Amino acid sequence: MRSDLFPIRSRARKLTDYAVTSLAVLATLLVVAPLVGIFGYLVYKGASSLSLDFFLKGPKPVGESGGGMANAIAGSALVLGVASLIGIPLGIGGGIFLAEFGRGTKLATAVRFTADVLNGVPSIVMGLSIYALIVLPQKHFSAFAGGVALGIMMIPTVCRTSEEMLLMVPNAIREAALGIGVPNWRSVLSITLKTASPGIITGCMLAFARVAGETAPLLFTALGNSFWSTNLNEPIAALPLQIYVYALSPYDDWHRLAWAGALVLIILIVLAVSLVRFVTSRGVLKGAS
Amino acid sequence: MGVGIEVQNLNAWYGSNHTLQDICLNISANQATALIGPSGCGKSTFVRCINRMHETNPIARVTGTVRIGDVDIYKDAKPVEIRRRVGMVFQRPNPFPTMSIYDNVAAGLKLNGYSNRRALDEIVEKSLRNSALWDEVKDDLRKKSGASLSGGQQQRLCIARALAVDPEVLLMDEPASALDPVSTSKIEDLIFQLKAQYTIVIVTHNMQQAARVAEQTGFFLNGRMVEFDTTHKIFTNPSDKRTEDYITGRFG
Repeated sequence: MRSDLFPIRSRARKLTDYAVTSLAVLATLLVVAPLVGIFGYLVYKGASSLSLDFFLKGPKPVGESGGGMANAIAGSALVLGVASLIGIPLGIGGGIFLAEFGRGTKLATAVRFTADVLNGVPSIVMGLSIYALIVLPQKHFSAFAGGVALGIMMIPTVCRTSEEMLLMVPNAIREAALGIGVPNWRSVLSITLKTASPGIITGCMLAFARVAGETAPLLFTALGNSFWSTNLNEPIAALPLQIYVYALSPYDDWHRLAWAGALVLIILIVLAVSLVRFVTSRGVLKGAS
Repeated sequence: MGVGIEVQNLNAWYGSNHTLQDICLNISANQATALIGPSGCGKSTFVRCINRMHETNPIARVTGTVRIGDVDIYKDAKPVEIRRRVGMVFQRPNPFPTMSIYDNVAAGLKLNGYSNRRALDEIVEKSLRNSALWDEVKDDLRKKSGASLSGGQQQRLCIARALAVDPEVLLMDEPASALDPVSTSKIEDLIFQLKAQYTIVIVTHNMQQAARVAEQTGFFLNGRMVEFDTTHKIFTNPSDKRTEDYITGRFG
């Protein structure tokens, strides 16, 4: 290094370094602050109403104190299960098509465009569409219809992240598989998809977490239910719906339950995401990149 | 055992780019044949035509005849079958990152539905011994990922992976160009041993390497094969002026 090109002014350099680092730290804090704030406020408002009853009992009639959201927790789990069964396979399948088989084709461009548009469809519109397509012909609200609405909302996120993650797998890996006589479809399923799986799982988790808190698509589909139900063909309670109803009610008791419900919803999402991460990370070998 | 390769009027294109023009040559069984020439002259395209990897690119096209043993690979066989008979080692080591060392070697068999565990164990050991990697990895076969090895070890792992499907021909596209001198000499020693069982075609930018490992050498320039002869003849008394210019470093 020539010293006249790069004069050693260490004071100014240290100041710049300090300033930029401080800005980065500040930005990080600003990003994390809302999350910590919301979670803290939920704990403050909701933790006191949490009890064993909250997880074990259903809602009590108006006027009686106590009661819980057991039916809503079970309902959410059921609806999200149906949604995942629809959204994850279809989304990943679409992503595989876009990245591996349809590259450069007109169909792929159309699918990609459609997925992006679908991603921007307001959730209330999704609820209304499923109402028209499933609830009206069947003449009743159902957990199944709610699951379909959320499942379709998961598809574009899962599809596009799967595509991105598959495209990040180096071509050398595909060639390695083809070069030892592995058929293309087999290479896609066993090699490329597996190599991209950590990213694809993240995409699925994002989609799951996003729809787990959705209320609007469930209003005209799952409807809600004050009683315990695990029947896919009947209206069913879900945490966001229950929170919505309780929060709009005039009763203090229900307000407290709504806060507790919101806290539980967030905790359950974090638990579900962590569990999937834990289970899927155990199979990964030491030193794998 | 290796088999000979007979190439007649081979032409290859990438889109409108005519990358190989009328290549004719005979590659002898159980010998190493080196292909030399400046970057972009078509050496890599040529080896990729021998195991039908060239056509995996949607804009690529091939005409001509390639016979491996008595099989006309563009007429009598499917690409997948050809690639099991013609192994390939790439320029950059490309082990499967999610797989253990064992699974990397066994991949070609496992993914084709082969599941006899004891036979697999034997094949994996034999392939790793043949690629001179066994002693370095035998204790962590299933514990370590293929990607955790050093570059030179990864390349030998890729050779073992290619050997495991029991090919007759081994194509090596600049197998040592991303490696340090020690790893390079290991790969070269390996080529010497592997000749006994396989026909080897090696693309290289390193002319000393060609001189060291190969019996025959072909010189490619601008998509054509300028000269093909014994390595000794090419490096001591080439018949074409362009070959002489290239090996004496006047261009390329």
